[in-house]
Amino acid sequence: MTQSAVRSTQSDMTNYFLRRLLALIPVLFGISLLAFVISMLAPGDPAGALYQQLYGEQPRDAETLERFRQELGLNDPAPLRYLRWLGGVAQGNLGASFRSGQPVLHELTSNAPPTLLLALGGLAVSVALAFPLGVLSALRPNGGFDLLARLFSLLGAAMPSFWLAYLLILLFAVRLRWLPVAGLGTWQHLVLPCLTLGLAGAATLSRLIRSSLLEVLGQDYVRTARAKGLREGLVVLRHALRNALLPVVTVLGNRFAALLAGAVIIETIFAWPGLGKLILDAIAFRDYPLIQGFVLFTGLVFVLVNLAVDLLYRVIDPRIRL
Amino acid sequence: MIDTAPAPTPQARPHSGQSEQPPQQRVLRRFLRNRGAIMGLVLVATLVLLALLAPWLAPHNPNQQHRGQRLAPPSAEFPLGTDNLSRDLLSRLLYGARLSLGATLLATVVIVLIGVLVGALAGYMGGLVDSVLMRIVDTLLAFPGLLLALAIVGMLGPGLTNAIIAVVLVGWADYARIVRGVVLSTREQPYIEAAVALGVRPPAIVLRHVLPNALGPIIVLASLEMGALILTLAGLSFIGLGAQPPTAEWGAMLDQGRAFFQRAPQLMLYPGLLITLAVLGFNLLGDGLRDALDPTRGE
Repeated sequence: MTQSAVRSTQSDMTNYFLRRLLALIPVLFGISLLAFVISMLAPGDPAGALYQQLYGEQPRDAETLERFRQELGLNDPAPLRYLRWLGGVAQGNLGASFRSGQPVLHELTSNAPPTLLLALGGLAVSVALAFPLGVLSALRPNGGFDLLARLFSLLGAAMPSFWLAYLLILLFAVRLRWLPVAGLGTWQHLVLPCLTLGLAGAATLSRLIRSSLLEVLGQDYVRTARAKGLREGLVVLRHALRNALLPVVTVLGNRFAALLAGAVIIETIFAWPGLGKLILDAIAFRDYPLIQGFVLFTGLVFVLVNLAVDLLYRVIDPRIRL
Repeated sequence: MIDTAPAPTPQARPHSGQSEQPPQQRVLRRFLRNRGAIMGLVLVATLVLLALLAPWLAPHNPNQQHRGQRLAPPSAEFPLGTDNLSRDLLSRLLYGARLSLGATLLATVVIVLIGVLVGALAGYMGGLVDSVLMRIVDTLLAFPGLLLALAIVGMLGPGLTNAIIAVVLVGWADYARIVRGVVLSTREQPYIEAAVALGVRPPAIVLRHVLPNALGPIIVLASLEMGALILTLAGLSFIGLGAQPPTAEWGAMLDQGRAFFQRAPQLMLYPGLLITLAVLGFNLLGDGLRDALDPTRGE
């Protein structure tokens, strides 16, 4: 590759990156609008709750409350309120939690790491399981192992993860006593929740790896490699797998998003102090600013994760020029 | 970010009358030859039948408490035993099928209606309407549905009705995108031009000549999504945001069984098993329908 070709590849990449960032603007705008509209679904009047939080008591009469509404601009038309809210959001001000009085952004960012850890652990488990399953299935399609793997993936995709969690607890924590039931502390506490998340993730991922590998194995260059007399294992590992991986990478972003969502429910089972516990507490306390912030925050995280995966895809596949 | 999702549905294709065999027969034959699809159909049909016949099959009222029978083992009177509130487990599971499957079906019908309406509108009107509607679709698809549904129920308040509203608000975007694609790809077909030239009115054209092309993809997506919907609704009930006690709903039953799962694992075992079978059935059925309806797949 010549010097100028390398440079043009780099500028292509920068161009692509900039274009993707620009394309994000309407989606981010949509997410903010969604978060705002969702807050309007709440029944009743949020002003009373806000007053209670600020002054520590219920407003004395309807007049006091009305004055309070005027002061806060709660009587303004919705578009105006949206713009004012968006202005605050742009400066990182998502309001204060009704429950704790803490800034919503702080609540979210301080509870996010444990959830991210769970989702990453789940992703690691599903990749570690899906690879051998997918590759071995593809070596003998419709063979005995492939059928077993298909059964595993069908069941894994159909089981509710919150049910699977209890089956695993029953087996590993109650019967065998190998692992702690719930809580946070040692690495052992990570095993069951990550296994729960990872098993469901591996179900879909392993089938994808299988079909992607099968497709690549049917291509000419693989036949050439075989014709050269390379051993089958080498053909698969050295030549086919690398290309088979590309479509798999594109879904990793989606898988990660699904894992993050799954983690929110799984957390409640394992008493894991993350975003799931935060949002459920917020719902129980009708902590509307926090629920609204949660929508905005998770939306942003998913968009960024998908952007990162897209960019990764461009980097590892030099054939793609856009 | 949306284009990275694996497309769960075949490309929509306009009808082509080239084959000698009627397409319906070909689809049926391909479906019947697929063992997985048959298994899915049998599973779904069995569960639906159990749900429909629950009042006749259930030995007891699902909410009746039988004194002195708390967590009773299986017996002739209580075939699967009783729960922590001395209610017959089998009866609750059977009535739970009605609620779990019924709520999913209701949500799916509303979701499909909204999706078809929005998609047809966007595809037919084009221009600004299309842009605005598709930006909404993009935004909804950028979220994992479960979390958005969670937040919506959180705002509306817990309850099965609100849970259904939440999954409906979140779930129509995929259908809208598919229907829009079909409308766009069929709009330029000669037979549509012919219909326009004959003076058929636009709503009739969309309804009679365009939408039938979207039927296959919609059916496939709906049966695949029903499994996901069952899981979402059960999940919402499990964390206390969907069906409320004492309602017999599979997700809520799992939640109620949590506190006793060491002493009486069957309280969680059976509802979870039924959810798994239902989701498995719909997934197999959806896969089978997709393979049967996709003309690009070899026989």
